Amino acid sequence: MDAERPAIECRELARYFGERTALRDVTLEVPAGATLAVLGRNGAGKSTLLRILASLLRPHAGTVEIFGEPLPRRAWAVRARLGLLGHEPLLYRELTGRENLDYHARLHRVGAGRVDEVLAAVDMDRRADDPVRLLSRGMVQRLAIARAVLHQPQLLLLDEPRANLDPGASELVEPLIGRAAGVTRVLTSHDPRAALAEADLVLALKGGRPVFAGDPAGFDDRRLAELYA
Amino acid sequence: MPSTTYGKGLRSLSLATIATIATALVLTFFYAPLDADQGFVQKIFYLHVPLAVVSLCGFIFGAGLAIGYLRTGDRKWDMRSYVAIHMALIFGIGGLITGSIWAKASWGHWWVWNEPTLVSFLIVLLLFATYQPLRFSIEDPERQSRYASVFSVVAGAFVPLNFMAVRLAQQYVHPRVLTLGGGNLPGAMRLTFLVALLGIALLYVTLWKYEMTAKYTRMQVRRLRRTLLGEDTIRPSGRSAAPS
Amino acid sequence: MRTALIILRKDLRVELRTLETVPAMVLLALVTFVIFHFGLDRDTIDGQLAAGVLTATLLFAAVLGINRLFVAEREQGGFDAFLLAPVDRTAMLLAKASALFLFLTALEVIAVPAFALFLLGPSLGPAILGLSLVLILANVGLAVIGTLVSAIAVHTRARDLIGPVISLPLLIPALIATARAAGPLLTLHTSGSPPGRWLAILGLYDLVFALLAYAVFDFLLED
Repeated sequence: MDAERPAIECRELARYFGERTALRDVTLEVPAGATLAVLGRNGAGKSTLLRILASLLRPHAGTVEIFGEPLPRRAWAVRARLGLLGHEPLLYRELTGRENLDYHARLHRVGAGRVDEVLAAVDMDRRADDPVRLLSRGMVQRLAIARAVLHQPQLLLLDEPRANLDPGASELVEPLIGRAAGVTRVLTSHDPRAALAEADLVLALKGGRPVFAGDPAGFDDRRLAELYA
Repeated sequence: MPSTTYGKGLRSLSLATIATIATALVLTFFYAPLDADQGFVQKIFYLHVPLAVVSLCGFIFGAGLAIGYLRTGDRKWDMRSYVAIHMALIFGIGGLITGSIWAKASWGHWWVWNEPTLVSFLIVLLLFATYQPLRFSIEDPERQSRYASVFSVVAGAFVPLNFMAVRLAQQYVHPRVLTLGGGNLPGAMRLTFLVALLGIALLYVTLWKYEMTAKYTRMQVRRLRRTLLGEDTIRPSGRSAAPS
Repeated sequence: MRTALIILRKDLRVELRTLETVPAMVLLALVTFVIFHFGLDRDTIDGQLAAGVLTATLLFAAVLGINRLFVAEREQGGFDAFLLAPVDRTAMLLAKASALFLFLTALEVIAVPAFALFLLGPSLGPAILGLSLVLILANVGLAVIGTLVSAIAVHTRARDLIGPVISLPLLIPALIATARAAGPLLTLHTSGSPPGRWLAILGLYDLVFALLAYAVFDFLLED
């Protein structure tokens, strides 16, 4: 892997929703292996940014490059190296956990053994054959995490990854999606302090525009209060 | 953002339209001979067929513009396509109503099934009538433009197929005065018809340009206000089928 | 192709488990036959009338299936999951159209014999092969248009209203060709072979819309 090239590079990224600005003037660089925390209130543009990075949305202005490949033109080249954990678990409710993961595994050309591996890693192997609609929210979230890391992505895009997880489960998934995973991560969280604690870089958004981008040490409590005011 | 002035040439176009339509009216009432069978009411034919022809061309024109949007992603194409189609729908309804009047005059019924062109036309209008409800019910503006464009392309391709299928389905083909091309018309009638066709076509283009200009100007004003007064001073334009 | 099979398998598995779509389509068809019996006040019908009744019934039942086709993808994140995978995007079109085709075939396997039982005067025997050919061609057209319209409708607010209202006019040429092709088959002393001209039109319709669907489908998948 090219250690010098940043994992993510955005220049003046913008995305509009009709006349409304969802994102504007977002410029950032995330080195490989680093963790970027994206902070902001609801509607500030965090999820939009994550979806653009995941190649699900195309930018209306500016450029974005993942592992050196410009999106959306070369999205097909990097898709296999991305993992998205969004608000939706992306699981079919009528299918079992195992069937869901099998489906994703096939789409991503991942071997069958890997499914068992991740199921065990999120401690869902015993409930793997229950339809998803019968599972609790915490279990669904664990399955969603399993789905996101199934294909061993080099870039994890995590939108509130610890939602619905109790502390035990949170600890369980740490090696998969936490710093210990050793991959580049972009995460948002409803708990800004927790996100700041594990971040190498911070991007704070207000109304779609960045109000702070840089070292978490420079993002003090005053700025935090301003952001969520 | 590069500005496209739609207003250019609008005045000369309008004048040309008025002139042509006036000529067509004069020709219709004073030059074209009275039809032997149908009498005076037959003259509605000079309105009905041009309306129908221009409407169909308008749909296909709209489909072409939609392809432009899909290829470039520039919302202007979508606005052009929207206006083209919704104008064509209005002309089409006019064509259908005048066609019904003509049917009543010619065959005594307000609707006839044995006129395949009229029937195909009804089907096409039923399809395109869903265009605005479709737009209306998609909230994301970009998705709305994209989906409407896909619909326009599919519906545009549908038009010729539909005409063919319906034509073939008619076992009894009523001897019609013309095919859409203006086939078997005697000289005086043909001239009147062609002038009327030109007049309606010009009317369509003029109205299209007018509506484009109005919409575009409104868009520019909103954009200016937003830039000068800030994002939040513009209330969203509300539910609208039109691209903003 | 491989991807399309993966998606198709998933859809068939869900359908077999929930049994949502096909039984509803079958029931609608059967009830429609009863309605036609009373509406037309006839015990048996044949010829073009029978073909029309059968085709119209299948069309309305198909619309039910069309409505449901993409709903699970939309509501349960299926589109995102697919778009995140390193696969060819037209696989979704192929998979969904195939699923719809199979659902329609399943529908007809029950509805056509039911039609023969309830309403059809002449025996279906000699016509069965010809009719099958006609219906297979019709199913292709229904599947293609259905998939296209369903993909459009699923992102709208009034999805179950928009779907039928757009698909029915688009399907009229297919209806015409199917009914005209089937008409001569449902008569006494039928030759059993459907009129070539209408098969050709049906085939042309299928081809044109399949190509068109292939060309535009990608635009419907983006966010």
